[in-house]
Amino acid sequence: MKYLPLLLSALLRKKTRTVLTLLSVAAAFTLFGMLDAVRVAFNAPQSVAGIDRLVVASRFSIIQPLPYGYLVRIEKVPGVKAVAYANWFGGVYQDPKNFFANIAVSLPSYLDIYPDIVLPEQQKQAFLTTRTGAVVGESLARRFGWKIGDRIPLQATIFPHRNGGNVWTFDLVGIYHAAQPELRGIEQQLLFRYDYFDEGRQFGQGTVGWYIVKVEDPADADRVAQAIDHLFANSSDETKTQSEREFQLSFAKQIGDIGLIVTAIMGAVFFTLLLLTGNTMAQSIRERIPELAVLKTIGFTNRAVLLLVLSESVLLLLLGGGAGLLLARLGLPLISAASSGQLDLVMPTQSWLLGLCLMLLIGFIVGLPPALRAMRLRIVDALAGH
Amino acid sequence: MPDANPLVAIRGVSKVYERGRQKVEVLHHVDLDIPTGDFLALMGPSGSGKSTLLNMIAGLDVPSEGSIKVAGQRIDRLSANELARWRAAHVGFVFQFYNLLPALSALKNVEMPLLLTRLPAARRRRHAAVALELVGLSDRATHKPGELSGGQQQRVAIARAIVSDPALLVCDEPTGDLDRHSAEEVLALLQRLNRDYGKTMIMVTHDPKAAEFARRTLHLDKGTLIGQDR
Repeated sequence: MKYLPLLLSALLRKKTRTVLTLLSVAAAFTLFGMLDAVRVAFNAPQSVAGIDRLVVASRFSIIQPLPYGYLVRIEKVPGVKAVAYANWFGGVYQDPKNFFANIAVSLPSYLDIYPDIVLPEQQKQAFLTTRTGAVVGESLARRFGWKIGDRIPLQATIFPHRNGGNVWTFDLVGIYHAAQPELRGIEQQLLFRYDYFDEGRQFGQGTVGWYIVKVEDPADADRVAQAIDHLFANSSDETKTQSEREFQLSFAKQIGDIGLIVTAIMGAVFFTLLLLTGNTMAQSIRERIPELAVLKTIGFTNRAVLLLVLSESVLLLLLGGGAGLLLARLGLPLISAASSGQLDLVMPTQSWLLGLCLMLLIGFIVGLPPALRAMRLRIVDALAGH
Repeated sequence: MPDANPLVAIRGVSKVYERGRQKVEVLHHVDLDIPTGDFLALMGPSGSGKSTLLNMIAGLDVPSEGSIKVAGQRIDRLSANELARWRAAHVGFVFQFYNLLPALSALKNVEMPLLLTRLPAARRRRHAAVALELVGLSDRATHKPGELSGGQQQRVAIARAIVSDPALLVCDEPTGDLDRHSAEEVLALLQRLNRDYGKTMIMVTHDPKAAEFARRTLHLDKGTLIGQDR
C-alpha cells in the first residue's frame, strides 16, 4: 500500500492518456461482461420446472413444422390447461432491413395463453372477426407510424401466396401493449390469423411451427413436458418440449455457434486491447526512464522496479476493467427488459472471476516488456539520457 | 597529512568502456581519499571522467580495476541488489535536473527514499517534513514540482537526498540548470549541510564559482587526477 502514491503518480503523469486508456479498457470489459452474459445464457442448462408455459417444437429443428393433428393429442395430456399454436412467417416490410417478428397465431387461444398482450376489447373482437386482420405492438406501430385501419403489405420470404404473388396484405385492426414494462420487447411483433395464413400459403397446409402449452400447475411442468415428448417419441415428427426462453434461444442459435461467435469477438477485442495498452505502457515507461533511474539510484532494487511497473500495468487494467464490468452489470437488466424477458442476462460470479483473471493476465502481459526494460535499465546510461 | 580512516578510500581505480571493438579508458589508476566531513568539488573538462568517478563512489557503477571502500566497506564487490540497498542507507543524490516525480507533492517526493525503510507512514511524513524545513520549504510541502521554481525544486531534491540521513551526499552539477541567484542559494545550503550537519559532500561541477563553496577542489583530465586547489 505504501507504494500506491508512486503507482498513482505514474498513472497521473499524463492524465489524458491515462483516461483514454482507462476508457478503452472499460469499453473492452463492458463488452466482455455483456457478451459473457450472452454466452452464459446460451450455454446454461435449461429446466422447465416452475414454468407455466411450454413450447413444443420439432425435436430436430425449429424450422421443421409439426402436424396440426398434434393439437388434440397435446390437449389430452394430463396437466395441460390450454394449447395454442403459431408459425413464423418471416415477411419483410418494404425493405429487408426493417426486420421484425411477424407470426401467424391461433385465435383466440393464443391471446388467451398470452395475457401479457393487452388489447382493448373492441380491437380484440375486430381481430377475432377480421380474416385479414393483424395486430401490432405499440413500439412497432410507433416505429412505422401505423394506425388502425392501415393496410400493411408484407413481402413473403418463405411462404408465397397461393395467388402466385409474394405480397400478403393485412388490415391493422389493433395495437396492443405489454402488460408489464419489462416485457415491452413483445411490442416489436405483428400477429395475424393462422387460418388466413394456412389457407393462403402455397405449401405446408395442416402444419404449425410450434405449439404453446399452458400447464395447470407450474410445479408439474417437467412431467408434462416429458409426457408430451413421450407421446410423439419414435414418430416421424418427434417433439422437444422446452421453456419459452430456451425456444427463443434456439431461434438465435440458428445463426451459428453463439459461444464461438462470442469467444471470437472477445478474442479480437482483447487482442486489440493488448496492443493498445501495451503501446501505452511502453510509451509511458520510455518517457519515464530518468524517473525510474532515480528510483534505482535512491535504492530501489531491480526487482522492486520490475514489480512497480507490473503493478502499474495491472492497476490500470483493474481500474478500467472493474469499471467496465460494473457498467455491463448495470446495462444487462436493460437488455433483458428489451428482450421481453426472453434473454435473461445476468453476470454470474464466474464472469466476475473470469474478468478479474483477464485483467490480471492482460495487465501482466502488457506490463512485462516495459517492466523488464525498466529492470534492466543501467542507471548511469539512463541518467545520461542514453 | 592523509586521514588514517577516510570515509572514501579509492585505490588504483580504472574504468574502461567497450564501444564495439574499441576500448575507451575513462579513468586511469586513480587513488583518492575523502575524509569524513569533506566537501570536495571535482572539476575538469567534459570527458575527463569526473562523473564516472562520482558514479563509482556512489555505487552507481563499478570499476574495471581497483578498489573503492566507503566507511570501511568494499563497495566494488557488492552485487547489484546489495549496492541498491547500500545506496539507500548511505548515499544521498542531487542531480542537475532535480528528477522529481511530477505528480507527487514536494512532501511525497521527499518521503520517497523512506518507502524503502520499515518506518510507519506517520514517521515517514514527519521525517520528510523536517527535511523540507531544513531546506526552507515547509510552506511548499503540498506543492507539486511544476508549481515550484528551479531553485525550489533543487532544494526539494536536496531534502530528498538528506531525508534518510546518509553519511555521503553526491551532487552531479547541482547548479547546472539554475540561474546565478538560485545557484548560490543551493550552494549555500549544501555548504550549511556540510558545515553544520557534518555531511560529507562530493560535487561535480564545471563552474569555478560553485567550486568555491567546497573545502577543496580536485581537477581531473583524461581520467587522471592532475591537481588540487586549497
